[in-house]
Amino acid sequence: MLDQAEGYTTADGRKIGGVVMEMKNITLRFGGVVAIKDISFDIREGEIRAIIGPNGAGKSSMLNVISGFYVPQEGEVWFHGSRRPPMRPYEVARQGIARTFQNIALFEGMSVLDNVMTGRLTHMKTGVFSQALWKGPAEKEENENREVAEKIIDFLEIQHIRKTPVSRLPYGLKKRVELARALAAQPKLLLLDEPMAGMNVEEKEDMSRFILDVNDEFGTTIALIEHDMGVVMDLSDRVVVMDYGKKIGDGSPDEVRNNQDVIDAYLGVAHD
Amino acid sequence: MPDQVVFAMEVTLNGLMAGVLYALVALGFVLIYKASGIFNYAQGVMALFAAMTLVGIMEGQVPFSHLINAMFGTDVHHFGWHLPGLAAILLTMVVMVALAWCVQQFVMRHLVGQEPIILFMATIGLAYFLEGLSDLMWGSEIKKLDVGLPQGLNEMIDNATYNIFGYGFFIDNLDIVATVIAALLVIALVAFSQYTKEGRAMRAVADDHQAALSVGISLNFIWVMVWSVAGFVALVAGIMWGTKSGVQFSLSLIALKALPVLMLGGFTSIPGAIVGGLIIGVGEKLFDFMIGPLVGGATENWFAYVLALIFLVFRPQGLFGEKIIERV
Repeated sequence: MLDQAEGYTTADGRKIGGVVMEMKNITLRFGGVVAIKDISFDIREGEIRAIIGPNGAGKSSMLNVISGFYVPQEGEVWFHGSRRPPMRPYEVARQGIARTFQNIALFEGMSVLDNVMTGRLTHMKTGVFSQALWKGPAEKEENENREVAEKIIDFLEIQHIRKTPVSRLPYGLKKRVELARALAAQPKLLLLDEPMAGMNVEEKEDMSRFILDVNDEFGTTIALIEHDMGVVMDLSDRVVVMDYGKKIGDGSPDEVRNNQDVIDAYLGVAHD
Repeated sequence: MPDQVVFAMEVTLNGLMAGVLYALVALGFVLIYKASGIFNYAQGVMALFAAMTLVGIMEGQVPFSHLINAMFGTDVHHFGWHLPGLAAILLTMVVMVALAWCVQQFVMRHLVGQEPIILFMATIGLAYFLEGLSDLMWGSEIKKLDVGLPQGLNEMIDNATYNIFGYGFFIDNLDIVATVIAALLVIALVAFSQYTKEGRAMRAVADDHQAALSVGISLNFIWVMVWSVAGFVALVAGIMWGTKSGVQFSLSLIALKALPVLMLGGFTSIPGAIVGGLIIGVGEKLFDFMIGPLVGGATENWFAYVLALIFLVFRPQGLFGEKIIERV
């Protein structure tokens, strides 16, 4: 099992580090509806952490809590060893947490390259006047950031659509552009909300490969939500299972697969 | 060269100059529309407010003096100073930024995620509020604005054209200044929105609020910035129109002339606002010159709107607007 301080080594020999993010007893309510009920789990450096569960289990709510879109009524969020005060989503993003959305949220009117460059906004420091004049440090900074963006565009194999307005792209490519934008921020933690929803088998395979490559190449810590059980079990190092806002399982894919509560939640159980 | 052609050339030149002034007002609309998807009905009134504030500050008028006098029985009207134009313009800009902050803080912030029509209605409310506020602050009499811009007949052009055509063109110096300033303003605005991170963030916010938040953009900051820039453009337009025809209520109606300009150029394009303004400026002057006599004149009042209507039928996004693509 886990060594709390040091981390662990995965089946394929990757070293997983200490805790990056810890959720402690999170409860989130919308009026009378309890979306998340007293859930605790952690995310470790360099791992791919999945959150799964049937529809309406509260997975997306959990991701929104992590990225600051929702503020939980109870519980604490710990990031890099300190407790995070309630923050607005843009402040969370500036801390190094990037995300994608279940229903793609891209800047439709802008080109793919421009979209990816918005991911670099938090890394740009020079003033507005030197940027407008395109001189001195601003030029250097723009070029450096452009280089990072281009590298990620290459990595995700979307060079051929760099200048295309996003609104013209098919669904699968949009999903990939959204991933590119999130990666451009060089996040400490990457949140993926159903990265493979609505994709065909081939697109799913591509996306799985990219997620694994990102984790492998950049060492990015990833937390993802996914419905496709096969994909989740293949990709992730550890899995949290949610049902009706409660945590019913947490562990390696194999442990989760053999957990009776999880099987009941997914296959249904006779109520007598 | 026949007289008619020479005269048409002068009319065209004057049309171009008038077009620049239309374009200046249209620019303010485009900016806010690009960054927040709001059609800002109050843009014209903002120009009026800016011009009145500028005159008031220059003349050392006490703001709300009538109100103060009525309430406390005092008799204050003037601080007794006269500020130079540039200082007054800078102070007015500070007021416009404060106004931008107030608009965001008290109106727009509470309407995030609402339908565009609701935001539009809010700007109508804002327009009437500002209209009343300007009168309350600075009084409603017609004022003269003179920040030291050159005015009157440009003799150089007059002489040069007289030597060539035997007929001197009447070109107002103020129109030439307006053209130069508009050109500089457009270059600055394009550089700002295309090359700066604030500009990129602004375009991002216009497209998708959630996504903008997720890459670390503060919506509040961007909106205050956008309204400030729109306030700045309103100030420039207010100075030009105010110098030309005096600072008075009808200044706020120039916004109506900006509408056809926007339909022509496209609501989302800064260069489009300029080209649209020029086409309408030249178009209405030439039309009035050539067709006007045949139909009894006064075509300037409706030409722009008819042209805009024709555009709406054949090219609803305007000349430079973003094409509306819908994947089904």
